[in-house]
Amino acid sequence: MDFTTVILVLDSALRLATPLLFACLAGLFSERSGIFDIGLEGKMLASAFFSASVAAFTGSVWLGLLAGMGASIFLALIHGVASITFRGNQLISGVAINFLASGVTVIVGQSWFSLGGRTPQLEGAARFQEITLPFAEALRGVPVIGPIYADLISGHSILVYAGFAAVALSWWVLYRTRFGLRLRAVGENPEAVDTAGISVIGLRYTATIICGALCGLAGTYLATGLAAGFVREMSAGRGFIALAALIFAKWRPGYALLACLLFGLLEAMGNRFQNIDVLGINVPTQFMQALPYILTVVILAGFVGRAIPPRAGGEPYVKER
Amino acid sequence: MQAEQAEASGRPVPAIELRGISKAFGPVQANRDISLTVMPGTIHGIIGENGAGKSTLMSILYGFYRADAGEIFIRGRKTEIHSSLDAIRAGIGMVFQHFKLVPNFTVLENVILGAEDGPLLRPSLAKARGLLRQLAEEYELQVDPDALVEELSVGHQQRVEILKALYREADILILDEPTGVLTPAEADHLFRILKGLKEQGKTIILITHKLREIMAITDTVSVMRRGEMVATVQTAETTPEQLAELMVGRKVLLRVEKTPARPGEVVLEVENLRVTDEDGVERLKGITFELRAGEILGIAGVAGNGQSELLEVLGGITKGEGEVRLAGVPLALSGKGADGQSRRAFGIAHVPEDRQKLGLIMDFFAWENMIFGYHHDPAYQKNALMMDNTAIRRDAEEKMHRYDVRPPNAALQAKAFSGGNQQKIVLAREMSRKPALLLVGQPTRGVDIGAIEFIHQQIIALRDQGAAILLVSVELDEIMSLSDRIAVMFDGRIMGERLPGETDERELGLLMAGVAGEAA
Amino acid sequence: MGRLPKWADVALIPLINLALALIVSGLVVLYIGENPIEAVAIMVNGAIGSTYGWGYTLYYATNFIFTGLAVAVAFHARLFNIGGEGQAGLGGLGVALVCLFIPWPHWTLALPAAILAGALFGAALAAVPAWLQAKRGSHIVITTIMFNFIASALLVYLLVNVLKKPGQMSPETARFPEGARLPSAHDMASWVGLDFSKSAPLNITFFIAILACVAVWFLIWRTRLGYQIRAFGHSEPAAVYAGINPVKITMVTMLISGALAGLMGINSVMGEAERLVIDSVQGAGFVGIAVALMGRSHPAGVFLAALLFGMLYQGGGELEFEKPAVSREMILVIQGLVILFTGALDNMVRMPLEGLFLRLRGGAR
Repeated sequence: MDFTTVILVLDSALRLATPLLFACLAGLFSERSGIFDIGLEGKMLASAFFSASVAAFTGSVWLGLLAGMGASIFLALIHGVASITFRGNQLISGVAINFLASGVTVIVGQSWFSLGGRTPQLEGAARFQEITLPFAEALRGVPVIGPIYADLISGHSILVYAGFAAVALSWWVLYRTRFGLRLRAVGENPEAVDTAGISVIGLRYTATIICGALCGLAGTYLATGLAAGFVREMSAGRGFIALAALIFAKWRPGYALLACLLFGLLEAMGNRFQNIDVLGINVPTQFMQALPYILTVVILAGFVGRAIPPRAGGEPYVKER
Repeated sequence: MQAEQAEASGRPVPAIELRGISKAFGPVQANRDISLTVMPGTIHGIIGENGAGKSTLMSILYGFYRADAGEIFIRGRKTEIHSSLDAIRAGIGMVFQHFKLVPNFTVLENVILGAEDGPLLRPSLAKARGLLRQLAEEYELQVDPDALVEELSVGHQQRVEILKALYREADILILDEPTGVLTPAEADHLFRILKGLKEQGKTIILITHKLREIMAITDTVSVMRRGEMVATVQTAETTPEQLAELMVGRKVLLRVEKTPARPGEVVLEVENLRVTDEDGVERLKGITFELRAGEILGIAGVAGNGQSELLEVLGGITKGEGEVRLAGVPLALSGKGADGQSRRAFGIAHVPEDRQKLGLIMDFFAWENMIFGYHHDPAYQKNALMMDNTAIRRDAEEKMHRYDVRPPNAALQAKAFSGGNQQKIVLAREMSRKPALLLVGQPTRGVDIGAIEFIHQQIIALRDQGAAILLVSVELDEIMSLSDRIAVMFDGRIMGERLPGETDERELGLLMAGVAGEAA
Repeated sequence: MGRLPKWADVALIPLINLALALIVSGLVVLYIGENPIEAVAIMVNGAIGSTYGWGYTLYYATNFIFTGLAVAVAFHARLFNIGGEGQAGLGGLGVALVCLFIPWPHWTLALPAAILAGALFGAALAAVPAWLQAKRGSHIVITTIMFNFIASALLVYLLVNVLKKPGQMSPETARFPEGARLPSAHDMASWVGLDFSKSAPLNITFFIAILACVAVWFLIWRTRLGYQIRAFGHSEPAAVYAGINPVKITMVTMLISGALAGLMGINSVMGEAERLVIDSVQGAGFVGIAVALMGRSHPAGVFLAALLFGMLYQGGGELEFEKPAVSREMILVIQGLVILFTGALDNMVRMPLEGLFLRLRGGAR
């Protein structure tokens, strides 16, 4: 592998990590508040579809983004009503949302565009364009640093940079603000929050909405940044990889970045090389695809550092009798 | 308006006045038409048996539940309390029996949670650090502000709860059974804190079922019984006997009728028994004792000093190290054979401390519960595959009659029975097989008076039939009246053994506090 | 002290939930410009209006009974096995291997072997998440999700690189030999002199599914193992007190659950396709979740719910054929809504209903 190939693969890894990152942070906010969310996949898919559709109708990717986030927040609220207000099973609700999104995106897409569930190809302002950072061209000639800056760091759409910013912001919100303190508390012991005079329900709904908004960013980036339009089932399990990354990251923003970059890199390598020779053994591409899941299972098994979820996770809050 | 009138007349305004509070949970009337007046700057005790409605009443005052009827006046003003926030605003702070702390937060973070000064944490934390230092000096409330709460002792966690209330500038403090988890020394420290608070003009409501505490520290005491407020008296003008009578509604039978024990062969030998919990904390630190057939060994101690672990390791629920022999045969303490089935095969029966969590499946029918743990008994099998449900039902109904379970209907779910009758189901199951050794924990917790007598009689009857009985209870009265020998546990060790006739509550209390007694 | 009469709990609430799901689905149909009443008529007619329709409906139902029972059995131990999809896929692999590589003289011999292989392979995939849950406390929902993806990658790899019939483009195995062909509904009907559609995939596996329902009922409510599974499901600490081994019960329950899912391969791989193709499960593993929820984890309920979903799947196919605007994905919407209303929003219906019954009873007194 030469240097140019390495840069290319890393560049692709950054792009592929971005939707994972948004979805992973989405899951982080939800699960830190005590709401398990296996419906990240569905929310991502719905936002991919609605963002692409609105972008196609209006020609504006920003309106598309709004629509994508709106759709995702709507599904997040369904999850909230089921798991917070009616104290239903959060896992089952997540499963339901994934199905709903799978079905609705295709049916509505067929009804709007009659393209077999696709949206039209997005062009120009209907897509997030790549941004060239200052001095990228000027620095390109500098050895090593030049290509890294010009080809790897520069030249992504704004959402990629937003993804990185979201990590820092999430960390700050979680550990440096009043809201973050309360959010972490409600995922560990909602009674402590309730008796302190803070609304458990309000906090959890807020977390759910943030989760929806971030999933909206993930899906919008999929359909209008990474690709140029919506295709059916385009989330392709990324919501579950993001969930895996969340566990891998032990529910912490900084580790989430590392986990998503790792999984993005795995995907990039799987795309680039059909078969990889590792010490003379031919590793099939299917193995590369399964690797994030295998790694997560290993982490979950606790052989390499134990992942302990928020203590009140998955439990609806009921005042004790 | 009322406040002004009262002030004008020179009488102090009550800190709290409740009028006609009622609260029902489904068919259960937890509070019925309760009125209560608490004067400012006093310690007001509320006493009553488990289930008398004390905690419900205070939860209403703290906005955790909403009353079905009635009015609340705080400092003379009618106040609507719909949530904890309303209560905090009215200057009420509450220390719950089960602490409401976030275990992986620091003390400081727990204290400011919900009372932050602004959207950013840093200034709030700095302010709280200073205030905490002041409060610590003023009221003997020392605790490391940067320690994680999960790493603090129970006594220190309780201080954090009190600090939380004071940080919110509460001047009415409610404490719900605050000493249940404390050693006598910690309890004394708590009382000093409470007296200090009183001197500063704070009003304190102390909920307890321990007469000793009421007599020691309160100015006024109100007695609750079955959801009703039956009396309010000045502590100085009453006696423990009078309060006890008010609590239960009739003369209490403090001594159980029994003949002296006639101990036989040694049944249980325990040598240097150790238990380490999941967090690596040693809960039993080398326990040694013997138990003979036909005698009752009572284990006294403050909850949380290893009694539960002792029962659980002997019952095969948790693993341990050391040596335990039943009639000379060693029992496995870990690995194969260290489970409830093997213990039952040895003739060890176990009435667990928490019947609702361990002893019964609340959603199972009574007949299903009656074979719980004994489901492998050949008498209950129809053939190699099927269980004989007819035989199981018949057996269950017979046992329910014998142990006076009401209603004697085996087709009801366990959760449909009262606490006492649930306990009788467990006792019927465990005692009717004539075990060689009976492990029994908190046999009368949450059980009504009538059933207590019955249960005590059954335990003594089993002893007289030659069973060895290991009794764990936090009720000193129960230990004193049932046991033939008493061992006191503190911090995972047995502090000493006494004979019930040759000791008193004071001496046992010292042992329970970890103060080594005079040479036995 | 149930606050609802049993009939309301068992029948009324699921029916209201179902009705809500269907009403919302109807609104979706309305939105895309079709008449929901007409759509229902087409679906019902397509599903049960002919032996052809029945043949497909019951074929789908057979799949869903297996995956639904798999979820239901695990539910009794309070384990949420979301890995039916992968387990059924691997079960199909087991069935295919047995059918491809052993020259069976007659289906009566091939069938028991295929049952064994399907169950074994399905159970094998469930074994790892089960072990991790029992021994390491890893959340079984997450691990079974992960194993769905791992199983899918494995099956694709095997079909593309190992099992594909030489000289063929599409990644699927060769057709099974004659001796491994199960009697179809058409064959069986002709034994008793009846006529049944020749092209419907319904086959003898349907009866195995019914037997599986009976066996699961027997297991859960009549055997010691079932008693222990239910006790463990209600309260793990109590189960430990009673000497019930949580590791053993978790393992055994999940193995049974995986085996039941794996049995689906008999129907889809051996009975219908007669070869192993990519994605032979087609989402039936997830339908099992809806079926178990609707059926309240009771085998009789699972049977009825599976039948209902069989009708949905067959009727949905017919609907797309007649009304191209309503694509097959409508089924996913209905399925999602059924899971949502019966599983997650159950309390939305239950709470007002409990209040209603409380008032009715109060009035009677």
